[in-house]
Amino acid sequence: MQIVFEKPKALSDTPTHYCPGCTHGIIHRLVAEVLDELDITGETIGIAPVGCAVIHFNYFECDVAQAAHGRAPAVATGLKRVNPDNIVFSYQGDGDLAAIGTNETIHAAARGENITVIFVNNAIYGMTGGQMAPTTLPGQITQTSPYGRDTKTAGFPLRMCELLATLDGTAYAERVAVDSVKNVLKAKKAIKKAFQYQIDGKGFSIVEILSSCPTNWGLEPVKALEWLRQNMIPYYPLGVFKDKEVSR
Amino acid sequence: MTKVFDSGNVACALAVKDVGVDFVAAYPITPQTSVVEKIASYIAEGEMDAKYLPVESEHSALSAVAAASAVGARVFTATSSQGLLYMHEILHYAAGGRLPIVMANVNRAINMPWCLYVDHQDAVSQRDTGWIQLFAASNQEIYDSVILAYKVAEEVQIPVMVNYDGFLVSHSSMPFETLEQDKIREFLPALNPPWRLHPQWGGTFGNVTPSEEYVPYRYALTEDIKKAGDVIVRCSKEYERLTGRWHGGHFETYRPEGAEYFLFSMGSMGKEMEIAVDLLREQGIAAAGLRLRIFSPFPEEELAALLPTGAKLLVFDRNLVYGSAGGALLQLAKAALFNRRDSLQVIGISLGLGGEDLPASVLVAKAREMMEVCK
Ligand SMILES: Cc1ncc(C[n+]2csc(CCOP(=O)(O)OP(=O)(O)O)c2C)c(N)n1
Ligand code: SF4
Repeated sequence: MQIVFEKPKALSDTPTHYCPGCTHGIIHRLVAEVLDELDITGETIGIAPVGCAVIHFNYFECDVAQAAHGRAPAVATGLKRVNPDNIVFSYQGDGDLAAIGTNETIHAAARGENITVIFVNNAIYGMTGGQMAPTTLPGQITQTSPYGRDTKTAGFPLRMCELLATLDGTAYAERVAVDSVKNVLKAKKAIKKAFQYQIDGKGFSIVEILSSCPTNWGLEPVKALEWLRQNMIPYYPLGVFKDKEVSR
Repeated sequence: MTKVFDSGNVACALAVKDVGVDFVAAYPITPQTSVVEKIASYIAEGEMDAKYLPVESEHSALSAVAAASAVGARVFTATSSQGLLYMHEILHYAAGGRLPIVMANVNRAINMPWCLYVDHQDAVSQRDTGWIQLFAASNQEIYDSVILAYKVAEEVQIPVMVNYDGFLVSHSSMPFETLEQDKIREFLPALNPPWRLHPQWGGTFGNVTPSEEYVPYRYALTEDIKKAGDVIVRCSKEYERLTGRWHGGHFETYRPEGAEYFLFSMGSMGKEMEIAVDLLREQGIAAAGLRLRIFSPFPEEELAALLPTGAKLLVFDRNLVYGSAGGALLQLAKAALFNRRDSLQVIGISLGLGGEDLPASVLVAKAREMMEVCK
């Protein structure tokens, strides 16, 4: 008998608590596959955010530190500066990274911290039940914008990759999506590259992953992916916004 | 007067709507979320004429609310646990600035480790920020306390935090009555602050001061917050005349007649304590319930005046003063009663942390353990 398909070793056997059809699960798997392929699980420390991924330490087989809401890049910095041989990655939602933690994110990038940030953007605060986030699309209905985000009072969504690409300390910033098989494969390549850049000591790397929240978007999983494709990708274009190696 | 059957968070949001708040800024956190969701929907539906600002953190929420208050708006924000801790710097700023802000804090345990359920560590750890802190134990009391909070805040120019227990109260549906807006106006006239940040008024909001200017500000705040206890009771009586609703003054007492043991607590535990008191009375023990409604300013003199000679005060704290025998209520009560030279005894424990269930049977058992020590 030949094994043709396996769960990544970097993922534990624990069933996840994510809602059915939530793409957090896919992203966990991609990160775990990369940890396996680069053979770095043993020396990796992940940072769990505040958000739906708050207990990701149950799922990844690496060490995990839990951060206060938004503080993951600062925690990652402390871990990495003291133990530069460890591979350090934060895994953060858009509320964690692009609302309460925008500051930390920008400064970690500006300092060129040699860490990897996995940024899961689902355009909403998932864990707290679907309120408007800075990343919520114009017109998007949430619990605190029942008639849709009004840009006159709530402003415009933050495009983090574009913003971080302007900083000299950012080595690599790419936006991907997990709405289709093709895009999932691209997402994995980007995640792998981000970890490889850290291994090579190139500086701050971030992969922004457009993700779905079927529960709080009020859509079935497949419809949620369609919504992501039709609404998020036009606002948040996919692609590489900064690559230190290429721009050289 | 409309009868409503809904959660504590909805009672809070309804009071904010009925009071006529101009400006709300908030960041979501469990179990506060439905307060701000409701307010956002009242505004979106045109039922409430206010500006709602979704900000990127609690630190900014309170900063924005403070600024709006300084220009003369009636303001509101709500938070819980980590959110309150993240506001810490601005809590001092708001109290030092003598801004009549009202905030709801839905009590929840604090990190680390994470826990979503109730205890009072969040509010208690903000005791010395210069805020008035009320604790409500039912949905009716939340509704009434929010209205009362504006009345008091605007009279004494000190911000007020209305606390209530996460999930146990915030998410439990109970019947409560609202109040017509014209009656509220009678009790709480339109905001007319003594000073506001406006070119017409001149001046700045906040400044750099040498000690001789700084010191009087600090003393004025501590003296005024001390006096606020009586203001709260006076306004509660005025509110009672208007509505017939009374939740207690500094304390809500339960079966104090001839009592020897006073079971002292705050929050929803204080309501459960009434059942515990009934059970103890059935066992022939002269027990009474004493639920604290005003945590800050702590009613030192009123507590000393309330307890008869030889009374035994059993303190139930839903918080910890690390390294000490009990929690904040025990420490405050001991300090308040230190000068009483009779055979009074004070003993306490901390319990119910992180949402640990506290049915009356547990409270009775703990009370009896403490009574053994008193003997
Ligand atoms: C200081 C502080 N404020 C608020 C919260 C409440 N909170 C928990 S998760 C969360 C938002 C999570 O959204 P996001 O980062 O987008 O992740 P998702 O749940 O969507 O994966 C918030 C606001 C908190 N824990 N701490
Ligand atoms: S709430 Fe949304 S982001 Fe969170 S697990 Fe459910 S679907 Fe995923």
